[in-house]
Amino acid sequence: MNKVLMSGNFVIGEAAIRAGCRFYAGYPITPQNELTEYMAEHIRNAEGGVFIQSESEIAAINMIAGASAAGIRVMTSSSSPGISLKQEGISSMAACELPGIIVNIMRGGPGLGNIRPSQGDYFQATRGGGHGDYRTIVLAPASGQELADLTMDAFDLADKYRTPVMILADGMMGQMMEPVIFKKPKPRHYNEKFMLRGAGDGKSKFIRGLLLDPIDSEEHNWKLFRKYEIIKKNEPRFEEHRIADAEAVIVAYGTAARIAKGAIKRLREHNLKLGLFRPISLWPFPEMQLRSLAAQVKKFIVFEMSTGQMLEDVRLALQGYADVEFHGRPGGAVPTPAELANVISKICDKRD
Amino acid sequence: MSKIVFQHPRSLKHNIFHYCPGCGHSIVHRITCEVIDEMGIRGITIGVPPAGCAVLAYNYFDVDMIEAPHGRGPAMASGIKRSLPDRVVFSYQGDGDLAAIGMAESFHAANRGENITIIFINNAVYGMTGGQMAPTTMLNQRTTTSPLGRKQQLDGYPVKVSEIFSKIGGATYIERCSVSSPLHVNKTKKAIKKAFQCQIDGLGFSMVEVLSMCPTNWKMSSVDSCKWIDDVLGKEFPLGVYKDEIAALQNEAEAPA
Ligand SMILES: Cc1ncc(C[n+]2csc(CCOP(=O)(O)OP(=O)(O)O)c2C)c(N)n1
Ligand code: SF4
Repeated sequence: MNKVLMSGNFVIGEAAIRAGCRFYAGYPITPQNELTEYMAEHIRNAEGGVFIQSESEIAAINMIAGASAAGIRVMTSSSSPGISLKQEGISSMAACELPGIIVNIMRGGPGLGNIRPSQGDYFQATRGGGHGDYRTIVLAPASGQELADLTMDAFDLADKYRTPVMILADGMMGQMMEPVIFKKPKPRHYNEKFMLRGAGDGKSKFIRGLLLDPIDSEEHNWKLFRKYEIIKKNEPRFEEHRIADAEAVIVAYGTAARIAKGAIKRLREHNLKLGLFRPISLWPFPEMQLRSLAAQVKKFIVFEMSTGQMLEDVRLALQGYADVEFHGRPGGAVPTPAELANVISKICDKRD
Repeated sequence: MSKIVFQHPRSLKHNIFHYCPGCGHSIVHRITCEVIDEMGIRGITIGVPPAGCAVLAYNYFDVDMIEAPHGRGPAMASGIKRSLPDRVVFSYQGDGDLAAIGMAESFHAANRGENITIIFINNAVYGMTGGQMAPTTMLNQRTTTSPLGRKQQLDGYPVKVSEIFSKIGGATYIERCSVSSPLHVNKTKKAIKKAFQCQIDGLGFSMVEVLSMCPTNWKMSSVDSCKWIDDVLGKEFPLGVYKDEIAALQNEAEAPA
């Protein structure tokens, strides 16, 4: 297949359509408008493709929930403030076990914040975000190629586990131009019994999240929990970079991980043996994989474009087996690899 | 040979309604099911119940259904209908659901001319949560959150949904009915049938607003509730057809290009 040069937002849109996404609803917000615009232009060219510019993010998530119930592959996208509005619907999709893809191209927050790249929505994404006892699979790409691959995988995961899946990237990833190859999508496996398409001559079905009886509701929560346990076991994804001889390891995801790679290159030129552990799935967090690294490395430096959110998962994973340091730039500030290299060499000096 | 003149609708499940005695919801459920039977559309109908007293509508309607979060029914119905254009899709909503929290979703579904039907139950209160003030509550009407009566200076005015929606370009058919008497029940049934037919013919957005009794929260007997609709609520919310572009659109479709 040919390599194509595309911006991150376009890559997500193209990958989604190739993966069979036939329903997209969204509301404009920077820095993800190009994705909405891409879908407006291209999804209608695919047979049965529907694009709706919704009146709000709340409407968009409920539109995709409806289309998902009808058995269609669906996606919506937004950026931080819009994702806050989608939480009611994400919680409802999790409760009703409706597959669907939610893309968050994060920007600076809290509140309206700014339109610069940021990673302040980690907690919102990985803790479920909306109300109730549920989790959302969260994938954090760090390259154009990964945007393409993970978008396609997201649709398969959403169907497999009948749950909403979030792609968590930031404004930098959305704007960045890189060559990508679109892989061949897998054929869809989604049982018709989960689709609401009219009862025909048969029994009617209903899909609901309301379970007034606490015992029924408790059972439903445990059922979801068991599903999440299976996801936790089967779906953690991560990348290790220059770990073999590393004396300290940076833990970073998405854009921060790219910056970290640049910093590691610089530091190694000065004989500082740094490696990178990059979670690709933020939920499930690759907890065991990170913990096993602590047998070999005693210093971990978490770097995030936030005041420290994934930091908590790293601490939980390492359980005190290693030291954890942190560097963060919240609110839309993006450090250069040189800045990060400086900070890390100071942290490493402190140790010696 | 005897002729069947009355029977349990096929599309209505044999469950006992959880609605209070004298509630309008059960009447509207029944006549909607009768319409579904008469039109032979049970197998292709998908309903979207609201958060509200009708949240359990799937226990009664024997058609495919999916519950919407409070107010989001029209967005969900839009998603379903656009995905399955040959199905009959309706959203069933109360006045809090449609005209307060879900005003944006209902307004814009109408404005996009979504080819769906909304059955809109106006009972002038929030029934499910215990009789609080709704957007449709009458001026001076006492509710649990307007204990001294609704005051326009503080609470605004009753929202006239049919009047407002009749001005929306995308809306095709808007009628306000009531279920306060057998005559009105029959008219409501006709309106729902017409709305579904409008949808089946691909003519766009239809809504039937139904003035509906809530004896429990009005703190009235069932009979007085019906009277209150005729004498009071119906004065504020006059019954009638507010918009009907069906014939015009049909002519347009039939006119030679
Ligand atoms: C987001 C959200 N807010 C509030 C509620 C609580 N709630 C459930 S039904 C309802 C109002 C129902 O009133 P109405 O729509 O008039 O329908 P009725 O019960 O009178 O038929 C409210 C406020 C909810 N379910 N979800
Ligand atoms: S509270 Fe009112 S609307 Fe709800 S079931 Fe009772 S009578 Fe009907």
